[in-house]
Amino acid sequence: MRSGLSLLAVALLALVSLGVGAIDLWPATLAEIWPVLRDSRLPRTCAALLTGASLAVAGQIMQQIARNRFVDPMTSGTGQGAALGILLAVLVMPAAPIGVQMGMASLTALAASLGFFALVRRVPPTQPLLIPLVGLIYGGVIWAGTTFVAYQTDLLQFVEIWMNGEFSGVMRGRYELLWLAGLAAALIYVVADQFSILGLGDAVSVNLGLNHRQIVLTGLVMISVVAGLTVVTVGLIPFVGLVVPNLVSQSTGDNMRRALPATALMGGALVLGADLLGRLVIHPFEIPAGTVIGIVGAGLFLWLLYGARGHAA
Amino acid sequence: MIRIDAVCHGIGGQPILRDVSLEIGKGGIVALVGPNGAGKSTLLSLIARLQPLQTGRITVDGHVIGQVRDDVLARTLAILPQHLDVASRLSVRDLVGFGRYPYHKGRPTPQDLVRVDAALAAFELDDLAARALDTLSGGQRQRAFVAMAYAQDTDYLLLDEPLNNLDIAASRGLMHRLRDLARQDGRTVVIVLHDINYAAAYADRIVALKSGRVVADGAPGAVVTDAFLRTVFDTDATVAHVQGRPMVCV
Repeated sequence: MRSGLSLLAVALLALVSLGVGAIDLWPATLAEIWPVLRDSRLPRTCAALLTGASLAVAGQIMQQIARNRFVDPMTSGTGQGAALGILLAVLVMPAAPIGVQMGMASLTALAASLGFFALVRRVPPTQPLLIPLVGLIYGGVIWAGTTFVAYQTDLLQFVEIWMNGEFSGVMRGRYELLWLAGLAAALIYVVADQFSILGLGDAVSVNLGLNHRQIVLTGLVMISVVAGLTVVTVGLIPFVGLVVPNLVSQSTGDNMRRALPATALMGGALVLGADLLGRLVIHPFEIPAGTVIGIVGAGLFLWLLYGARGHAA
Repeated sequence: MIRIDAVCHGIGGQPILRDVSLEIGKGGIVALVGPNGAGKSTLLSLIARLQPLQTGRITVDGHVIGQVRDDVLARTLAILPQHLDVASRLSVRDLVGFGRYPYHKGRPTPQDLVRVDAALAAFELDDLAARALDTLSGGQRQRAFVAMAYAQDTDYLLLDEPLNNLDIAASRGLMHRLRDLARQDGRTVVIVLHDINYAAAYADRIVALKSGRVVADGAPGAVVTDAFLRTVFDTDATVAHVQGRPMVCV
């Protein structure tokens, strides 16, 4: 019932998204509007849904691995690592195709994620809030390094684009690799049980014979691929991976087999909704989706911390 | 058979276990007792490969700990660790269901579901099956985790202070259930207990550790004496005999 409703909501959002833009679709014939739909509106709608769904799933997997509800790959180094990777790819191989840039971004994102988990392993378990703080600082350091390299090489403008996620540049032929991010997020569903068990702690995981190292690495590769692909294509979008898994955990629980589909749906809806809002507020101009999410996400996060607590406990 | 051979273990230069050798045969309840810091939990976690073995050798049914594959051992031996600081919002049924993971690896068969139902029933969790773990009391949660270990259906069951958080009815219920498992199904239960009276009442064998060494080993009637309490626990509590069983007067 609930999943049916959320599917319907996402479908409605998508429909509205197809209709909103600088060009009015009404009144016009199908032959006139089809090129607009095919080349711009449909790709943009798909891109927002794919980005939101895969980022939310990546956030949930990262939270299961860290056993901490307040980490988000986009704020704890993975996203910043991806940006650094693209920058290096642009510097070293300026003529390389976008696929190489994405590969490079995913690799540095993976290295950054591994670095994050190596760091937080030393954080005492009695201090759960230290982990996201360490992540913020760690992400900030990588970000500062990236900015410095970009400043030295006159590429600051590029970096600004990667760090501020938005969908106005999405066109047919320029977003399709996002389907790979969606695929990576969908594949993780195959091993959903392993991530549920991971959330129960090391002792329980070992007791149940889980191959801890392998499953953590699988999760980190997925997160890094999603980070690399989304940062290259639409830029960094914060909060989705943080807020959505928390909301889903409160309504659906932490059995990943049930939670992951709900997370994907809600993540897609959140990013598409934010993009839509950004397109409508100062129509026909636009506010970047990343900015809208920054505002909406911060509000949701505060509500999560304070408003929802009585409900959750 | 669990065979522990010359196991030494230290944490941060501090010796925890000193040359422990022990054989635990199949079937029956073995209670590990001893003062705080004697090394009971460490010994249990070494048997269950929760910590890497430093020196010595442990085998469980011929499987060498440290060499045997994790998933093979998960079908031979289950452990309930002492500290379960779980914040996961899982339902009790889901949690107990994960006890079957070593068998189905994420694809439960109808037979697995039957086992889960049986485990829920055995620990009187039917009414709580749909509840989330974070809404349960400490004792209820403890029972859910024991039920998960039970659903794992292993010949060896290691329990680290499972009576923590349990009231007297729940404690007796759990110990009865474990005794049935040991007597009727021939399972081996190794259990860390703080209450000597529970150990004396339910265990077939008591092994006492002190400062990382085995200092007493035998049937409860032979082991639990005034002298035992004095040397192992440094307490002058006395032992009475009620219904043919030793009982510590606290």
